[in-house]
Amino acid sequence: MSEENDNIEEIQTLPLDAWHRRKGARMVPFAGYEMPIQYEGIVVEHNWTREQAGLFDVSHMGQLMVTGDKAAEELEKLLPGAIASLKPGRTRYSLLMAEDGGILDDLMVTNATPWIEGDEEEGTESHWGDPAYYLVVNGAMKWDDIAHLREHLDDDVTLTHMDDHALVALQGPNAATALNRVMRNVIDDMVFMDSVLHDFGEWPLRITRSGYTGEDGFEISIPAEHAESLCNRLCAEIEVRPIGLGARDSLRLEAGLPLYGHDITEETDPVSADLLFALTKKRREQGGWMGHEAVAKVLADGPAQKRVGLDIEGRLPAREGALVYSGDKQVGRVTSGGFSPTLQRPIAMAYIDTALASEGTELEVEVRNKRLSAKVATMPFVPNRYYRGK
Amino acid sequence: MARYFTDEHEWIDLEGDTATVGITDFAQGQLGDIVFVELPDVGTMVEKGKDAAVVESVKAASDVYAPLSGEVVEVNDSLEDDPALVNSSPEEDGWFFKMTVSDKSELEGLMDDKAYKSFCDGL
Repeated sequence: MSEENDNIEEIQTLPLDAWHRRKGARMVPFAGYEMPIQYEGIVVEHNWTREQAGLFDVSHMGQLMVTGDKAAEELEKLLPGAIASLKPGRTRYSLLMAEDGGILDDLMVTNATPWIEGDEEEGTESHWGDPAYYLVVNGAMKWDDIAHLREHLDDDVTLTHMDDHALVALQGPNAATALNRVMRNVIDDMVFMDSVLHDFGEWPLRITRSGYTGEDGFEISIPAEHAESLCNRLCAEIEVRPIGLGARDSLRLEAGLPLYGHDITEETDPVSADLLFALTKKRREQGGWMGHEAVAKVLADGPAQKRVGLDIEGRLPAREGALVYSGDKQVGRVTSGGFSPTLQRPIAMAYIDTALASEGTELEVEVRNKRLSAKVATMPFVPNRYYRGK
Repeated sequence: MARYFTDEHEWIDLEGDTATVGITDFAQGQLGDIVFVELPDVGTMVEKGKDAAVVESVKAASDVYAPLSGEVVEVNDSLEDDPALVNSSPEEDGWFFKMTVSDKSELEGLMDDKAYKSFCDGL
Protein backbone atom coordinates (compact mmCIF):
# COMPACT_ATOMS: atom_id res chain seq x y z
CA MET A 1 0.00 0.00 0.00
CA SER A 2 2.86 2.43 -0.30
CA GLU A 3 5.12 4.13 -2.76
CA GLU A 4 8.58 5.34 -3.50
CA ASN A 5 9.94 8.36 -1.78
CA ASP A 6 11.26 11.10 -4.03
CA ASN A 7 13.04 12.87 -1.22
CA ILE A 8 16.79 12.76 -1.13
CA GLU A 9 16.60 11.97 2.56
CA GLU A 10 18.97 9.35 3.82
CA ILE A 11 17.76 5.85 3.04
CA GLN A 12 17.32 3.88 6.23
CA THR A 13 17.54 0.17 6.94
CA LEU A 14 14.87 -2.01 8.55
CA PRO A 15 15.27 -4.76 11.17
CA LEU A 16 15.33 -7.55 8.58
CA ASP A 17 17.86 -5.87 6.27
CA ALA A 18 20.69 -8.35 6.85
CA TRP A 19 18.27 -11.28 6.69
CA HIS A 20 17.07 -10.23 3.23
CA ARG A 21 20.62 -9.88 1.96
CA ARG A 22 21.52 -13.34 3.26
CA LYS A 23 18.47 -14.68 1.41
CA GLY A 24 19.84 -13.19 -1.82
CA ALA A 25 17.44 -10.27 -2.12
CA ARG A 26 18.03 -7.40 -4.51
CA MET A 27 17.55 -4.33 -2.33
CA VAL A 28 16.13 -1.04 -3.60
CA PRO A 29 15.16 2.24 -1.93
CA PHE A 30 11.42 2.29 -1.22
CA ALA A 31 9.41 4.60 1.07
CA GLY A 32 12.70 5.84 2.51
CA TYR A 33 14.05 2.38 3.32
CA GLU A 34 16.19 -0.28 1.70
CA MET A 35 13.65 -2.95 0.78
CA PRO A 36 13.84 -6.31 -1.05
CA ILE A 37 12.36 -5.97 -4.55
CA GLN A 38 12.92 -9.64 -5.34
CA TYR A 39 14.85 -12.77 -4.37
CA GLU A 40 14.44 -15.36 -7.14
CA GLY A 41 12.34 -13.37 -9.60
CA ILE A 42 9.00 -11.60 -9.52
CA VAL A 43 7.01 -14.19 -11.48
CA VAL A 44 8.34 -17.19 -9.53
CA GLU A 45 7.62 -15.41 -6.25
CA HIS A 46 4.19 -14.30 -7.43
CA ASN A 47 3.20 -17.81 -8.42
CA TRP A 48 4.62 -19.29 -5.24
CA THR A 49 2.40 -16.99 -3.18
CA ARG A 50 -0.68 -17.95 -5.21
CA GLU A 51 0.10 -21.66 -4.82
CA GLN A 52 1.91 -22.00 -1.48
CA ALA A 53 2.78 -19.29 1.04
CA GLY A 54 4.94 -16.18 0.73
CA LEU A 55 6.60 -14.24 3.53
CA PHE A 56 6.71 -10.46 3.01
CA ASP A 57 8.59 -7.93 5.11
CA VAL A 58 6.37 -4.87 5.46
CA SER A 59 8.21 -3.31 8.38
CA HIS A 60 8.36 0.01 6.50
CA MET A 61 4.69 0.46 7.26
CA GLY A 62 3.70 2.58 10.23
CA GLN A 63 2.36 0.71 13.25
CA LEU A 64 0.52 3.05 15.58
CA MET A 65 -1.42 2.55 18.82
CA VAL A 66 -4.16 4.97 19.81
CA THR A 67 -5.25 4.55 23.41
CA GLY A 68 -7.60 6.25 25.86
CA ASP A 69 -11.25 6.25 26.86
CA LYS A 70 -12.16 8.51 23.95
CA ALA A 71 -9.98 6.73 21.37
CA ALA A 72 -12.86 5.41 19.25
CA GLU A 73 -14.87 8.61 19.16
CA GLU A 74 -11.73 10.63 18.42
CA LEU A 75 -10.75 8.31 15.55
CA GLU A 76 -14.27 8.53 14.17
CA LYS A 77 -13.71 12.25 13.65
CA LEU A 78 -10.94 11.44 11.16
CA LEU A 79 -12.03 8.10 9.66
CA PRO A 80 -15.32 7.53 7.80
CA GLY A 81 -15.78 3.96 9.12
CA ALA A 82 -17.51 2.73 12.27
CA ILE A 83 -14.78 2.41 14.87
CA ALA A 84 -16.91 2.52 18.03
CA SER A 85 -18.84 -0.58 16.95
CA LEU A 86 -15.69 -2.48 15.98
CA LYS A 87 -15.44 -5.38 18.45
CA PRO A 88 -12.23 -6.16 20.30
CA GLY A 89 -10.12 -8.45 18.14
CA ARG A 90 -11.67 -7.25 14.88
CA THR A 91 -9.99 -5.32 12.06
CA ARG A 92 -11.42 -2.97 9.46
CA TYR A 93 -10.09 -1.21 6.37
CA SER A 94 -10.45 2.56 6.59
CA LEU A 95 -9.28 5.89 5.19
CA LEU A 96 -7.69 8.95 6.66
CA MET A 97 -9.70 11.77 5.15
CA ALA A 98 -8.87 15.36 4.22
CA GLU A 99 -11.37 18.17 4.71
CA ASP A 100 -11.89 18.48 0.94
CA GLY A 101 -12.85 14.81 0.62
CA GLY A 102 -9.44 13.67 -0.62
CA ILE A 103 -7.75 10.57 0.81
CA LEU A 104 -4.70 11.24 2.99
CA ASP A 105 -3.95 7.54 3.41
CA ASP A 106 -5.59 4.14 3.61
CA LEU A 107 -5.08 1.99 6.66
CA MET A 108 -6.16 -0.96 8.77
CA VAL A 109 -7.71 -0.35 12.20
CA THR A 110 -7.88 -3.10 14.81
CA ASN A 111 -9.70 -2.86 18.10
CA ALA A 112 -6.75 -3.90 20.29
CA THR A 113 -8.46 -3.31 23.62
CA PRO A 114 -6.88 -5.91 25.93
CA TRP A 115 -8.83 -8.47 27.98
CA ILE A 116 -7.36 -8.45 31.45
CA GLU A 117 -7.65 -11.68 33.41
CA GLY A 118 -8.87 -11.33 36.98
CA ASP A 119 -6.82 -12.31 39.98
CA GLU A 120 -8.59 -14.24 42.74
CA GLU A 121 -6.03 -13.39 45.39
CA GLU A 122 -6.34 -9.72 44.66
CA GLY A 123 -10.08 -10.10 44.28
CA THR A 124 -10.22 -8.56 40.79
CA GLU A 125 -12.51 -9.82 38.05
CA SER A 126 -11.65 -10.24 34.41
CA HIS A 127 -12.40 -7.08 32.47
CA TRP A 128 -11.61 -5.08 29.34
CA GLY A 129 -8.61 -2.78 29.71
CA ASP A 130 -8.28 0.75 28.37
CA PRO A 131 -9.63 1.12 24.84
CA ALA A 132 -6.80 0.71 22.33
CA TYR A 133 -6.76 0.82 18.52
CA TYR A 134 -3.89 -0.55 16.45
CA LEU A 135 -3.40 1.21 13.12
CA VAL A 136 -1.25 0.08 10.20
CA VAL A 137 -0.57 2.89 7.74
CA ASN A 138 1.52 3.25 4.56
CA GLY A 139 5.27 3.53 4.98
CA ALA A 140 5.65 6.54 2.71
CA MET A 141 2.78 8.36 4.46
CA LYS A 142 3.39 7.48 8.10
CA TRP A 143 5.12 10.70 9.14
CA ASP A 144 2.35 12.81 7.61
CA ASP A 145 -0.26 10.54 9.20
CA ILE A 146 1.33 10.85 12.64
CA ALA A 147 1.41 14.64 12.34
CA HIS A 148 -2.22 14.70 11.20
CA LEU A 149 -3.35 12.44 14.05
CA ARG A 150 -1.39 14.42 16.65
CA GLU A 151 -2.92 17.63 15.39
CA HIS A 152 -6.51 16.44 15.40
CA LEU A 153 -6.83 13.82 18.14
CA ASP A 154 -7.86 15.08 21.57
CA ASP A 155 -5.09 15.46 24.14
CA ASP A 156 -6.71 12.76 26.32
CA VAL A 157 -5.88 10.22 23.62
CA THR A 158 -2.35 8.82 23.42
CA LEU A 159 -0.69 8.07 20.08
CA THR A 160 2.27 5.69 20.16
CA HIS A 161 4.44 4.97 17.13
CA MET A 162 5.49 1.33 17.51
CA ASP A 163 8.74 1.93 15.64
CA ASP A 164 10.44 -0.78 17.71
CA HIS A 165 8.26 -3.37 15.95
CA ALA A 166 8.70 -5.22 12.68
CA LEU A 167 5.74 -6.37 10.56
CA VAL A 168 5.70 -9.43 8.32
CA ALA A 169 2.91 -10.89 6.20
CA LEU A 170 2.48 -14.59 5.51
CA GLN A 171 0.21 -14.94 2.48
CA GLY A 172 -1.11 -17.77 0.36
CA PRO A 173 -3.39 -20.82 0.37
CA ASN A 174 -0.93 -22.70 2.58
CA ALA A 175 -0.23 -19.84 4.99
CA ALA A 176 -2.57 -21.25 7.65
CA THR A 177 -1.14 -24.77 7.30
CA ALA A 178 2.39 -23.49 7.76
CA LEU A 179 1.57 -21.15 10.62
CA ASN A 180 -0.38 -23.89 12.40
CA ARG A 181 2.67 -26.11 12.35
CA VAL A 182 4.85 -23.34 13.80
CA MET A 183 2.41 -22.39 16.56
CA ARG A 184 -0.48 -24.71 17.35
CA ASN A 185 -4.00 -23.77 18.35
CA VAL A 186 -3.45 -20.07 17.78
CA ILE A 187 -5.21 -19.34 14.51
CA ASP A 188 -7.82 -22.13 14.52
CA ASP A 189 -10.72 -19.88 15.40
CA MET A 190 -9.59 -16.88 13.38
CA VAL A 191 -11.40 -15.70 10.27
CA PHE A 192 -10.56 -12.89 7.83
CA MET A 193 -10.03 -9.62 9.74
CA ASP A 194 -9.68 -11.25 13.16
CA SER A 195 -6.73 -10.16 15.27
CA VAL A 196 -5.21 -11.74 18.39
CA LEU A 197 -2.35 -11.19 20.78
CA HIS A 198 -0.26 -14.28 21.28
CA ASP A 199 2.86 -14.86 23.34
CA PHE A 200 4.95 -17.22 21.26
CA GLY A 201 7.52 -18.22 23.86
CA GLU A 202 8.98 -14.90 24.87
CA TRP A 203 7.82 -13.10 21.78
CA PRO A 204 4.64 -11.06 22.08
CA LEU A 205 2.96 -11.25 18.68
CA ARG A 206 -0.08 -9.55 17.22
CA ILE A 207 -1.49 -11.80 14.52
CA THR A 208 -4.14 -10.45 12.17
CA ARG A 209 -5.79 -12.56 9.47
CA SER A 210 -5.46 -10.05 6.65
CA GLY A 211 -3.13 -9.08 3.84
CA TYR A 212 -2.58 -7.38 0.52
CA THR A 213 -2.51 -10.24 -1.97
CA GLY A 214 -6.12 -11.44 -2.17
CA GLU A 215 -5.06 -14.70 -0.55
CA ASP A 216 -5.77 -16.04 2.91
CA GLY A 217 -2.96 -14.98 5.22
CA PHE A 218 -1.70 -13.28 8.30
CA GLU A 219 0.11 -10.11 9.26
CA ILE A 220 2.34 -10.56 12.27
CA SER A 221 3.68 -7.69 14.34
CA ILE A 222 6.72 -8.54 16.46
CA PRO A 223 9.36 -6.65 18.48
CA ALA A 224 12.12 -5.85 15.99
CA GLU A 225 14.83 -7.80 17.83
CA HIS A 226 12.92 -11.08 17.31
CA ALA A 227 11.93 -10.51 13.70
CA GLU A 228 14.82 -12.51 12.20
CA SER A 229 14.13 -15.52 14.41
CA LEU A 230 10.46 -15.46 13.49
CA CYS A 231 11.25 -15.28 9.77
CA ASN A 232 13.66 -18.17 10.11
CA ARG A 233 11.00 -20.22 11.92
CA LEU A 234 8.42 -19.48 9.23
CA CYS A 235 10.79 -20.07 6.31
CA ALA A 236 11.78 -23.44 7.80
CA GLU A 237 8.32 -24.61 6.74
CA ILE A 238 8.36 -26.21 3.33
CA GLU A 239 5.47 -24.05 2.07
CA VAL A 240 7.11 -20.73 2.94
CA ARG A 241 9.54 -18.63 0.89
CA PRO A 242 10.46 -14.95 1.18
CA ILE A 243 8.74 -12.74 -1.40
CA GLY A 244 9.80 -9.25 -2.52
CA LEU A 245 8.00 -6.00 -3.21
CA GLY A 246 7.80 -6.69 -6.94
CA ALA A 247 5.47 -9.66 -6.49
CA ARG A 248 3.62 -7.80 -3.74
CA ASP A 249 2.67 -5.21 -6.35
CA SER A 250 1.58 -7.69 -9.04
CA LEU A 251 -0.40 -9.71 -6.46
CA ARG A 252 -2.28 -6.71 -5.12
CA LEU A 253 -3.04 -5.50 -8.65
CA GLU A 254 -4.61 -8.86 -9.52
CA ALA A 255 -6.56 -8.67 -6.26
CA GLY A 256 -7.93 -5.25 -7.30
CA LEU A 257 -6.48 -3.58 -4.20
CA PRO A 258 -5.55 0.09 -4.64
CA LEU A 259 -2.02 1.34 -4.01
CA TYR A 260 -1.81 4.64 -2.13
CA GLY A 261 -0.01 7.37 -4.07
CA HIS A 262 -1.10 5.81 -7.34
CA ASP A 263 -4.70 4.53 -7.37
CA ILE A 264 -5.79 6.70 -4.47
CA THR A 265 -4.34 10.07 -3.51
CA GLU A 266 -5.23 13.39 -1.90
CA GLU A 267 -6.85 14.22 -5.25
CA THR A 268 -9.22 11.25 -5.21
CA ASP A 269 -12.30 10.82 -3.04
CA PRO A 270 -13.64 7.49 -1.73
CA VAL A 271 -16.67 7.53 -4.04
CA SER A 272 -14.63 7.91 -7.23
CA ALA A 273 -12.12 5.42 -5.83
CA ASP A 274 -14.92 2.85 -5.45
CA LEU A 275 -14.12 2.43 -1.76
CA LEU A 276 -17.63 3.03 -0.45
CA PHE A 277 -17.38 -0.15 1.61
CA ALA A 278 -14.94 1.74 3.84
CA LEU A 279 -17.68 4.27 4.61
CA THR A 280 -20.12 2.65 7.03
CA LYS A 281 -23.64 3.34 5.77
CA LYS A 282 -24.78 5.06 8.93
CA ARG A 283 -21.71 7.27 9.12
CA ARG A 284 -22.00 8.05 5.42
CA GLU A 285 -25.35 9.63 6.19
CA GLN A 286 -24.73 11.05 9.66
CA GLY A 287 -21.29 12.48 9.02
CA GLY A 288 -19.24 13.80 11.90
CA TRP A 289 -15.96 12.99 10.18
CA MET A 290 -13.47 15.14 8.36
CA GLY A 291 -14.32 15.40 4.67
CA HIS A 292 -17.94 14.28 5.06
CA GLU A 293 -19.43 17.38 3.50
CA ALA A 294 -17.32 17.08 0.37
CA VAL A 295 -17.88 13.32 0.07
CA ALA A 296 -21.64 13.70 0.63
CA LYS A 297 -21.73 16.08 -2.33
CA VAL A 298 -19.97 13.54 -4.58
CA LEU A 299 -22.38 10.87 -3.33
CA ALA A 300 -25.37 13.06 -4.17
CA ASP A 301 -24.12 14.28 -7.56
CA GLY A 302 -22.34 11.10 -8.58
CA PRO A 303 -18.59 11.02 -9.25
CA ALA A 304 -17.18 12.40 -12.51
CA GLN A 305 -14.89 9.39 -12.83
CA LYS A 306 -14.65 5.97 -11.23
CA ARG A 307 -11.80 3.60 -10.47
CA VAL A 308 -12.29 0.46 -12.54
CA GLY A 309 -10.30 -2.48 -13.83
CA LEU A 310 -9.21 -2.82 -17.45
CA ASP A 311 -8.56 -6.03 -19.34
CA ILE A 312 -6.08 -5.20 -22.07
CA GLU A 313 -5.79 -7.13 -25.29
CA GLY A 314 -2.44 -8.50 -26.42
CA ARG A 315 0.71 -8.74 -24.34
CA LEU A 316 1.86 -5.13 -24.05
CA PRO A 317 1.21 -3.75 -20.55
CA ALA A 318 -0.30 -0.30 -20.05
CA ARG A 319 1.42 1.41 -17.14
CA GLU A 320 0.56 4.23 -14.78
CA GLY A 321 -0.11 7.44 -16.72
CA ALA A 322 -1.31 5.79 -19.94
CA LEU A 323 -4.31 7.67 -21.34
CA VAL A 324 -7.60 5.93 -22.02
CA TYR A 325 -9.73 6.84 -25.04
CA SER A 326 -13.21 6.25 -26.37
CA GLY A 327 -12.78 7.05 -30.04
CA ASP A 328 -10.91 10.37 -30.20
CA LYS A 329 -12.01 11.50 -26.77
CA GLN A 330 -9.77 11.03 -23.76
CA VAL A 331 -11.98 9.51 -21.07
CA GLY A 332 -9.54 8.37 -18.41
CA ARG A 333 -6.08 7.52 -17.22
CA VAL A 334 -4.35 4.35 -15.98
CA THR A 335 -3.22 4.62 -12.34
CA SER A 336 -1.46 1.28 -12.14
CA GLY A 337 -0.97 -1.50 -14.60
CA GLY A 338 1.23 -4.40 -15.48
CA PHE A 339 1.42 -7.92 -16.74
CA SER A 340 -0.57 -10.39 -14.66
CA PRO A 341 1.52 -13.51 -14.03
CA THR A 342 -1.59 -15.48 -13.00
CA LEU A 343 -3.70 -14.52 -16.02
CA GLN A 344 -0.76 -14.23 -18.44
CA ARG A 345 -2.05 -10.96 -19.89
CA PRO A 346 -1.90 -7.24 -19.10
CA ILE A 347 -4.32 -5.75 -16.56
CA ALA A 348 -4.69 -2.24 -15.19
CA MET A 349 -6.61 0.02 -12.86
CA ALA A 350 -7.85 3.31 -14.29
CA TYR A 351 -10.08 6.26 -13.55
CA ILE A 352 -12.71 6.43 -16.30
CA ASP A 353 -15.54 8.91 -16.96
CA THR A 354 -18.52 7.48 -15.06
CA ALA A 355 -20.69 7.13 -18.16
CA LEU A 356 -18.11 4.75 -19.65
CA ALA A 357 -17.14 2.95 -16.45
CA SER A 358 -19.59 0.07 -16.58
CA GLU A 359 -18.34 -3.46 -17.02
CA GLY A 360 -17.75 -4.54 -20.58
CA THR A 361 -17.39 -1.05 -22.06
CA GLU A 362 -14.90 -1.15 -24.90
CA LEU A 363 -12.17 1.46 -24.74
CA GLU A 364 -8.63 2.02 -25.97
CA VAL A 365 -5.43 2.66 -24.05
CA GLU A 366 -2.55 4.54 -25.64
CA VAL A 367 0.92 3.12 -25.10
CA ARG A 368 3.80 4.72 -27.01
CA ASN A 369 1.48 6.02 -29.76
CA LYS A 370 -0.20 2.64 -30.15
CA ARG A 371 -3.85 2.09 -29.33
CA LEU A 372 -4.55 -1.10 -27.39
CA SER A 373 -8.07 -2.50 -27.09
CA ALA A 374 -9.28 -2.54 -23.51
CA LYS A 375 -12.47 -3.54 -21.77
CA VAL A 376 -13.78 -2.35 -18.40
CA ALA A 377 -13.57 -5.31 -16.03
CA THR A 378 -14.83 -6.02 -12.54
CA MET A 379 -12.22 -6.43 -9.88
CA PRO A 380 -10.68 -8.47 -8.43
CA PHE A 381 -9.08 -9.80 -11.60
CA VAL A 382 -8.16 -12.96 -9.70
CA PRO A 383 -10.82 -14.09 -7.18
CA ASN A 384 -9.84 -13.49 -3.58
CA ARG A 385 -9.61 -16.40 -1.18
CA TYR A 386 -10.03 -14.82 2.23
CA TYR A 387 -10.93 -17.30 4.95
CA ARG A 388 -14.38 -16.44 6.28
CA GLY A 389 -14.98 -19.64 8.22
CA LYS A 390 -16.17 -23.11 7.29
CA MET B 1 33.08 -12.58 -35.88
CA ALA B 2 33.74 -9.99 -33.24
CA ARG B 3 31.49 -9.34 -30.24
CA TYR B 4 31.32 -5.90 -28.69
CA PHE B 5 29.53 -4.59 -25.61
CA THR B 6 28.15 -1.18 -24.63
CA ASP B 7 27.91 0.36 -21.19
CA GLU B 8 24.14 0.20 -21.70
CA HIS B 9 24.44 -3.61 -21.54
CA GLU B 10 23.88 -4.40 -25.19
CA TRP B 11 25.96 -6.84 -27.19
CA ILE B 12 26.81 -6.46 -30.88
CA ASP B 13 28.00 -9.24 -33.15
CA LEU B 14 29.69 -7.76 -36.19
CA GLU B 15 29.77 -9.82 -39.36
CA GLY B 16 30.97 -7.82 -42.35
CA ASP B 17 28.83 -4.68 -42.41
CA THR B 18 25.94 -6.22 -40.49
CA ALA B 19 25.53 -6.11 -36.73
CA THR B 20 23.27 -8.34 -34.64
CA VAL B 21 22.11 -6.59 -31.47
CA GLY B 22 20.77 -7.92 -28.19
CA ILE B 23 20.91 -7.28 -24.47
CA THR B 24 23.35 -9.02 -22.18
CA ASP B 25 22.76 -11.69 -19.60
CA PHE B 26 23.52 -9.09 -16.93
CA ALA B 27 20.81 -6.82 -18.38
CA GLN B 28 18.14 -9.52 -18.50
CA GLY B 29 18.96 -10.42 -14.91
CA GLN B 30 18.44 -6.82 -13.86
CA LEU B 31 15.20 -6.49 -15.80
CA GLY B 32 13.67 -9.71 -14.53
CA ASP B 33 10.84 -11.57 -16.21
CA ILE B 34 10.32 -10.09 -19.68
CA VAL B 35 6.76 -10.14 -20.96
CA PHE B 36 6.96 -8.06 -24.12
CA VAL B 37 9.61 -6.78 -26.53
CA GLU B 38 8.81 -3.93 -28.88
CA LEU B 39 11.15 -4.07 -31.86
CA PRO B 40 11.74 -1.43 -34.51
CA ASP B 41 10.23 -1.93 -37.97
CA VAL B 42 12.53 -3.27 -40.65
CA GLY B 43 13.81 -0.27 -42.61
CA THR B 44 13.94 2.03 -39.60
CA MET B 45 17.03 4.22 -39.46
CA VAL B 46 18.37 4.15 -35.92
CA GLU B 47 20.89 6.49 -34.41
CA LYS B 48 23.57 5.56 -31.91
CA GLY B 49 22.39 6.26 -28.37
CA LYS B 50 18.75 6.85 -29.36
CA ASP B 51 15.73 4.64 -28.62
CA ALA B 52 15.55 1.54 -30.76
CA ALA B 53 13.43 -0.97 -28.81
CA VAL B 54 11.48 -1.29 -25.57
CA VAL B 55 11.59 -4.18 -23.14
CA GLU B 56 8.64 -4.66 -20.82
CA SER B 57 9.27 -6.69 -17.71
CA VAL B 58 6.62 -7.49 -15.12
CA LYS B 59 7.81 -4.48 -13.20
CA ALA B 60 8.56 -1.77 -15.75
CA ALA B 61 9.26 -0.68 -19.31
CA SER B 62 12.90 -0.06 -20.27
CA ASP B 63 14.30 1.54 -23.40
CA VAL B 64 16.95 -0.19 -25.42
CA TYR B 65 19.23 2.23 -27.24
CA ALA B 66 20.76 1.67 -30.64
CA PRO B 67 24.42 0.83 -30.01
CA LEU B 68 25.37 2.07 -33.49
CA SER B 69 23.82 4.08 -36.30
CA GLY B 70 22.36 2.31 -39.30
CA GLU B 71 19.31 0.70 -40.85
CA VAL B 72 17.37 -2.14 -39.26
CA VAL B 73 17.36 -5.00 -41.77
CA GLU B 74 15.82 -7.86 -39.76
CA VAL B 75 14.09 -8.33 -36.41
CA ASN B 76 13.75 -11.43 -34.26
CA ASP B 77 10.12 -12.41 -34.82
CA SER B 78 10.26 -15.23 -32.31
CA LEU B 79 10.33 -12.65 -29.50
CA GLU B 80 6.74 -11.78 -30.33
CA ASP B 81 5.46 -15.18 -29.24
CA ASP B 82 8.14 -15.91 -26.70
CA PRO B 83 9.56 -12.74 -25.12
CA ALA B 84 10.98 -14.88 -22.29
CA LEU B 85 13.68 -15.98 -24.78
CA VAL B 86 15.45 -12.80 -23.71
CA ASN B 87 15.65 -14.25 -20.19
CA SER B 88 16.52 -17.81 -21.18
CA SER B 89 18.94 -17.09 -24.03
CA PRO B 90 19.80 -13.38 -23.98
CA GLU B 91 23.03 -13.60 -25.92
CA GLU B 92 21.93 -16.11 -28.59
CA ASP B 93 18.29 -16.96 -29.44
CA GLY B 94 17.01 -13.82 -27.71
CA TRP B 95 18.71 -11.37 -30.11
CA PHE B 96 16.69 -8.24 -30.96
CA PHE B 97 17.52 -7.02 -34.45
CA LYS B 98 20.13 -6.90 -37.21
CA MET B 99 21.30 -3.62 -38.65
CA THR B 100 23.70 -2.16 -41.16
CA VAL B 101 26.66 -0.26 -39.74
CA SER B 102 26.92 3.10 -41.41
CA ASP B 103 29.98 4.32 -39.52
CA LYS B 104 32.46 1.77 -38.27
CA SER B 105 34.28 4.40 -36.24
CA GLU B 106 31.34 4.17 -33.84
CA LEU B 107 32.74 0.80 -32.78
CA GLU B 108 35.60 2.59 -31.08
CA GLY B 109 35.06 2.85 -27.39
CA LEU B 110 32.92 -0.28 -27.22
CA MET B 111 34.09 -3.01 -24.86
CA ASP B 112 35.25 -6.53 -25.58
CA ASP B 113 34.15 -9.53 -23.54
CA LYS B 114 36.82 -9.10 -20.88
CA ALA B 115 36.35 -5.35 -20.49
CA TYR B 116 32.59 -5.77 -20.22
CA LYS B 117 32.95 -8.42 -17.55
CA SER B 118 35.08 -6.19 -15.37
CA PHE B 119 32.68 -3.31 -16.09
CA CYS B 120 29.83 -5.40 -14.67
CA ASP B 121 31.91 -6.54 -11.71
CA GLY B 122 32.45 -2.90 -10.85
CA LEU B 123 28.71 -2.13 -10.73
